Amino acid sequence: MVQFVLRRLLYLVPVWIGISLVAFLLANLAPGDPARLALQRALGRQPTGAETAAAREQMGLNDSPPVQYLNWLGNALTGDLGLSYRTGKPVLESLVERFPTTLQIAGGGLLLAIAIAIPLGVLAAVYRRGPIDHLSRVVALLGASMPSYWVAYLLILLFSVRLGMLPVAGSQTWQHAVMPALTLGIGGSASLMRLTRSEMLETLGQDYIRTARAKGLHSRTLLVRHALRNTMIPISTVLGMRFAGMLGGAVIVETIFSWPGIGKLVVDAIFDRDYPMIQGFVIFMGTAFLLINLIVDIGYGLIDPRIRLARR
Amino acid sequence: MAQSTTSAHAVASPFRGAATLADEWKPRRFTSLRGVVQDRSALVGLGILLLVTIAAVFAGVIAPYDPSELDPTANLSSPSSAHWLGTDNLGRDLFSRLVFGARWTLGAAGLAAAGIVLLGVTIGIIAGYFGGIVDDLLMRLVDVLLAFPSIVLALAIVGMLGPSLPNVLIGMVAVWWVDYARVVRGLTLKVVQNDYVLSAHCCGCGSGRMIWRHILPNVIPSVIVLATLELGSLMLAISGLSFLGLGAQPPTPEWGTMLSDGRLFFLNAPQLMMYPGIAITLVVLGCNLLGDGLRDALDPRQRKT
Repeated sequence: MVQFVLRRLLYLVPVWIGISLVAFLLANLAPGDPARLALQRALGRQPTGAETAAAREQMGLNDSPPVQYLNWLGNALTGDLGLSYRTGKPVLESLVERFPTTLQIAGGGLLLAIAIAIPLGVLAAVYRRGPIDHLSRVVALLGASMPSYWVAYLLILLFSVRLGMLPVAGSQTWQHAVMPALTLGIGGSASLMRLTRSEMLETLGQDYIRTARAKGLHSRTLLVRHALRNTMIPISTVLGMRFAGMLGGAVIVETIFSWPGIGKLVVDAIFDRDYPMIQGFVIFMGTAFLLINLIVDIGYGLIDPRIRLARR
Repeated sequence: MAQSTTSAHAVASPFRGAATLADEWKPRRFTSLRGVVQDRSALVGLGILLLVTIAAVFAGVIAPYDPSELDPTANLSSPSSAHWLGTDNLGRDLFSRLVFGARWTLGAAGLAAAGIVLLGVTIGIIAGYFGGIVDDLLMRLVDVLLAFPSIVLALAIVGMLGPSLPNVLIGMVAVWWVDYARVVRGLTLKVVQNDYVLSAHCCGCGSGRMIWRHILPNVIPSVIVLATLELGSLMLAISGLSFLGLGAQPPTPEWGTMLSDGRLFFLNAPQLMMYPGIAITLVVLGCNLLGDGLRDALDPRQRKT
């Protein structure tokens, strides 16, 4: 098992270097001279030519691009992603501060997606071509087709305006997290439901299920202990992808519900042209997704010995 | 139907030249179209997309008003014979804005999809056909881009370039080609193992002609399926960025922008957000239905149980 984890970790190194390269190159897309921009923010006026030249030298912008990249990479590895143009605070500090808030709604969204998708998917497979199966197809199709930002407003209309049950925006209480999580969960449940259904159908067609049925096993025990458990293996990989997708989708949802997570942070940064923050967001999220994938892989290896023993 | 498709694949005799490739294509194309026609939900999807495309193309004829024409006497009016779906906060005709919005939303997604397919297919074929270090480098790049959910990187690119619809399209193309490159590379690796590729090679067929005549036609059906399946999510992503104010800017009647414009009034006039939301959902639904149908018809191996 240790060997399996080490091998996975080793594989991540080149991908992470690639991510850092992408984040570094992204900064070059921004229009204008970064030294001039930074000075302009700091001084509150147009900097003189001499001031800009001095700042360029100080920021290392006169070095060759590979040297610039290595310097930047060295800083990034020690946790220095630069200072935000807007707040003057270290970029990494802001990102680390906001990330758990995003994890809350993404985690809630994932739990809701599981709660909606897996029971419906299993029922759709068991009662194939029945009313529940058709219903689940319609729900899945609509869930995959509705824009999340529209779903968010439909939820506000229902829960806040009509029923007065939930607060519209903010983050003071746990009730504030319900609608953002629900919005993410509805979007994520669609594909999960269809996958559960097709995997379940495949498992139900296996010989060992027929054997279990032949020896007179109770159908509920059969479904939960034999079929669902085997179905969970492919589903768990997709759960990791769904979770990553929800972290990405949080950008829109957080803006709507004024949820102070990392997504709202980056959208605000875009409108403020806070380039170090955008660059920091890319490398931070890239690293986070790599770690999520690693955790999923390890979990997968724990559940299914075939995975960790393969390719040895 | 599935049977005839597989048999078209299975007939592979040695010494088959390039000419027979065309023969192999006819039955396949035929069965695929028949498959879509027999699939009712795929037809519904096709119908929705055709209808919206017609609306987009003939927007000038269909829409009763100019989409940015203001009518100060009729702010937020309810549906009437003059304004079929009512008007928005500035008195602009909602129906006309929706019809012209089809042009923007569909056009943006179509343009982005064209760029993505072009880039993805080119890179996929180069990687699969030439192999070696080119393949290694390109596939490492693919691995890196796959490490992000596509929206994160696209967002960062738009953030760096500055908010505008063209920049959103650039961001989309820069990120979304990855799926196509992977699929096309895999298919190319399979196609080059065929006997007709070997015999064409022996006949002195150059790389350019080989790719154009022998590899590309084999790759296109899967690319069409993938493009249709992904057109919906592409549209959702583009309108999502427009909704955030990063893409099309007001007063452009792009549906995401319209939805965003409407949110200030959504308590008094929820219809401002309802109509564009329904429009986006319908079109994305159409893409998903048609994409599922095409996949089942063109690629029976991937058919869902």
